[in-house]
Amino acid sequence: MLNRTAENVARATPEPLARKVRGISDKGLAWLFISPTILLLLAINIFPLFWAIYLSFTNYRANRPNEVVKNLGLANYQRILGDKDIWIAMQTTAHFVFWTILLQTLIGFTLAWLIDRKFRGHAFWTTLILVPMMLSPAVVGNFWRFLYEPQIGLFAYAISFVTRIPPTDIQMLSNVSLAPWSIIIVDTWMWTPYVMLICLAGLRSIPEYIYEAAEVDRASNWRQFWSITLPMALPFIMLAVLFRGIENFKMFDMVNLLTGGGPGSTTEVASITLKRQAFESWRTGYSSAFAIILFVAVFGLANIYVKALNKVKQR
Amino acid sequence: MSLTTAHSVVAPSTNSKRIAGAIIIAYALISIVPLLWIFATSFKTPPDSIAYPPKILFQPSLEGYCNLFTTRTRQTPEYINSLGPATGFCDETTRKRNMVIAGPSNFLPRFVNSLIIAFGSTFCAVFLGTLSAYGFSRFKVPLADDLLFFILSTRFMPPIAVAIPIYLMYRELGLSDTALGMILLYTAVNVSLAVWLLKGFIDEIPREYEEAAMIDGYTRLQAFWRTVLPQATTGIAATAIFCLIFAWNEYAFAALLTSGTAQTAPPFIPTIIGEGGQDWPAVAAGTTIFLVPILVFTILLRKQLLRGITFGAVRK
Repeated sequence: MLNRTAENVARATPEPLARKVRGISDKGLAWLFISPTILLLLAINIFPLFWAIYLSFTNYRANRPNEVVKNLGLANYQRILGDKDIWIAMQTTAHFVFWTILLQTLIGFTLAWLIDRKFRGHAFWTTLILVPMMLSPAVVGNFWRFLYEPQIGLFAYAISFVTRIPPTDIQMLSNVSLAPWSIIIVDTWMWTPYVMLICLAGLRSIPEYIYEAAEVDRASNWRQFWSITLPMALPFIMLAVLFRGIENFKMFDMVNLLTGGGPGSTTEVASITLKRQAFESWRTGYSSAFAIILFVAVFGLANIYVKALNKVKQR
Repeated sequence: MSLTTAHSVVAPSTNSKRIAGAIIIAYALISIVPLLWIFATSFKTPPDSIAYPPKILFQPSLEGYCNLFTTRTRQTPEYINSLGPATGFCDETTRKRNMVIAGPSNFLPRFVNSLIIAFGSTFCAVFLGTLSAYGFSRFKVPLADDLLFFILSTRFMPPIAVAIPIYLMYRELGLSDTALGMILLYTAVNVSLAVWLLKGFIDEIPREYEEAAMIDGYTRLQAFWRTVLPQATTGIAATAIFCLIFAWNEYAFAALLTSGTAQTAPPFIPTIIGEGGQDWPAVAAGTTIFLVPILVFTILLRKQLLRGITFGAVRK
């Protein structure tokens, strides 16, 4: 009886948009929808991360699972920070990140600036330019090894055709000073379209009326570029630099297939060192400590950078 | 002489358009050369592929594709002559090089692995991503911003760094070198992108649709199913293709966590060896077959591309 009255009352009053649906409240539904994702990430990302943190304090070796695991405290971290080879690898990484970002931003922005003119057929050519970034870096790296071959490769042939240097002298992959550039060239070839695309979005976001106002004030084209185009597109350029920076900091596939870190260790970026330590020397604890340091570095640098980016956006 | 309005001055002159067009076309053509070279190499014979100067004109041959799908052994001419007539083009070509087809190569199984793992993980990532994105978009979730940032931050980790503990975990669970393990891993990597992208798409669908549906007596779930999902189809499709491209191209995890049965194509293609080093026409053939799906997707996707590569941070 009482129940029926309650039901009648409920029916009479318009429901405040289904707060309760067949026993599941909106709040419950929200968790039902979100929790599978969170659980998966906890299992595949966070749990392994904590495991890695634990391992980083030990001398565990994954190829000897039966050995007694000793707690080393901070010894792994101390050894890494005092290891000259690790610092060289970090320098190689920094060198690589610096040049790829510089080249990709310069070329990418210029291309975007030119495409923004909307010449005839620009959509088709833009799509064509985008193709390299859709490919697998590993497959691309492997094939560029073929293009770089001094005796048979197209790259050496093209360079020697233009410069008249004999192709056998263009040892992109085995020459100590050229090898880092062989990677920088492929990375720039592959990822410039990415930067271009983001810059293009930035340029398209600048309202036309600002240029019209500048015209009325008789600002020169040069002046317009420096005081309107570049500052307005800057947040987008910075976003592109952020994404490329993170990706290139952890770059592995392309380097592994192009040079494998060689010749010697001239192109041994951090990820390659990590792979050698973890999966060739099987120093699991030691490499876990290095992985944690890398992760903290990416995370920290990205956070500082995002703060700067937000400041630029607010201007 | 003539009066120019502000607007016509702003619009780039025809001349500057022409110069811009010429530079862009030149860049596009140069940047496409390596890909055309891969494509051309896949139709060369092994001697043609390593000729110097590089051969631009050559007699096209399917030998690379034959070598990609088969393994061969060297035999004496007497033995080859003692065999019956060649059973097909590949057999004939192989015999000309004093070899006999021994059996199928691993390319097809690796390619099928790539298909299973890429499509499987894409389906899971999009399914989980759609649910979470709807949850974040429509409900008041405590600490929503922190959770979303946490989801994104899982992408900051270098794959090799995560690979060590995952390798150990998978070894314990018996998931190493299994398709299931790779699907779970790629789902976890892709779900961050899926949530961020789809949240952007679902945010743009007006809430009024669901509210109207619920006033008509639909439950929340039915409203989600009948009004939000159909509206979000384009976004879901675009997200799926981005996830697919990532899973299709991934190398680091695949190279470290799979060795045989569950290996995908990216770590396999570089290992195709002929006599005396890499068999470049076969590698090029494998690369070409591997690239075709991605090229199709790029063309389909060009309009949504920007959102996908920036996690939806930039709208176009």
